[in-house]
Amino acid sequence: MIPLFAIGAAPLEVGRIAAALADAASDSADSDGAVVTFLGLVRNHNLGRRVRYLEYEAYEPLALKAFERIAREAAERWPDARLALHHRVGRLEIGEASIAIVVRSPHRGNAYAACRYAIERVKQIAPVWKREFFDGGDVWIEGATANPDDERARAEAERLACA
Amino acid sequence: MRVTVRLFARLRDITGAAELARDTAPNATIGEIWRDLAREFPELAGYERSISTAVNADYARMDTRVAEGDEIAFLPPVSGG
Repeated sequence: MIPLFAIGAAPLEVGRIAAALADAASDSADSDGAVVTFLGLVRNHNLGRRVRYLEYEAYEPLALKAFERIAREAAERWPDARLALHHRVGRLEIGEASIAIVVRSPHRGNAYAACRYAIERVKQIAPVWKREFFDGGDVWIEGATANPDDERARAEAERLACA
Repeated sequence: MRVTVRLFARLRDITGAAELARDTAPNATIGEIWRDLAREFPELAGYERSISTAVNADYARMDTRVAEGDEIAFLPPVSGG
């Protein structure tokens, strides 16, 4: 059985991730009424540039801990929701999935909210970087300064999740 | 005292190394290790306010003190997802 949290080069198989989550939640699976999945895809444009492909790298042991932390945070906020999160590293072509998040809950509202929260938190605190190769050059994309203890950032992720 | 420094993304490009061994004073802070590195690689200086740091794969602060054999990581702003 594949793990609930993972980072690696293999293509993401959302069906297998969902199956792993169902198995991990087997004690309560019959009371779940919703599964929400999010796939983040490599798109062919960014900031007016024509993107050719992306390369991802990560500080893998810390990324795994960040994913587990995000799941704990989501479980505190939405106690009936459980989630799985896989991220890829290496070269990804246009249209490939770089991240998969699967959330189960008795009701769709909490599943959607926890899923949105998880992707926002990944973008804030997961030690993962993308290098964009576009027509004419390449650039490391730099977003948020990762600080898991920044409560304002966490609250902003929760606000987006509940919007 | 010897520690390992891990560098990622653009920080790795600037230094040309994903991993460096560094000798530091006993009880050195992560900030002291960073400033030594920024003297060695002046292009790093612009990251002083935007990096995150970790010790042995746990998030830490610039005033965290390090021990012999620790793995110190310097992380530029993240862009996962």
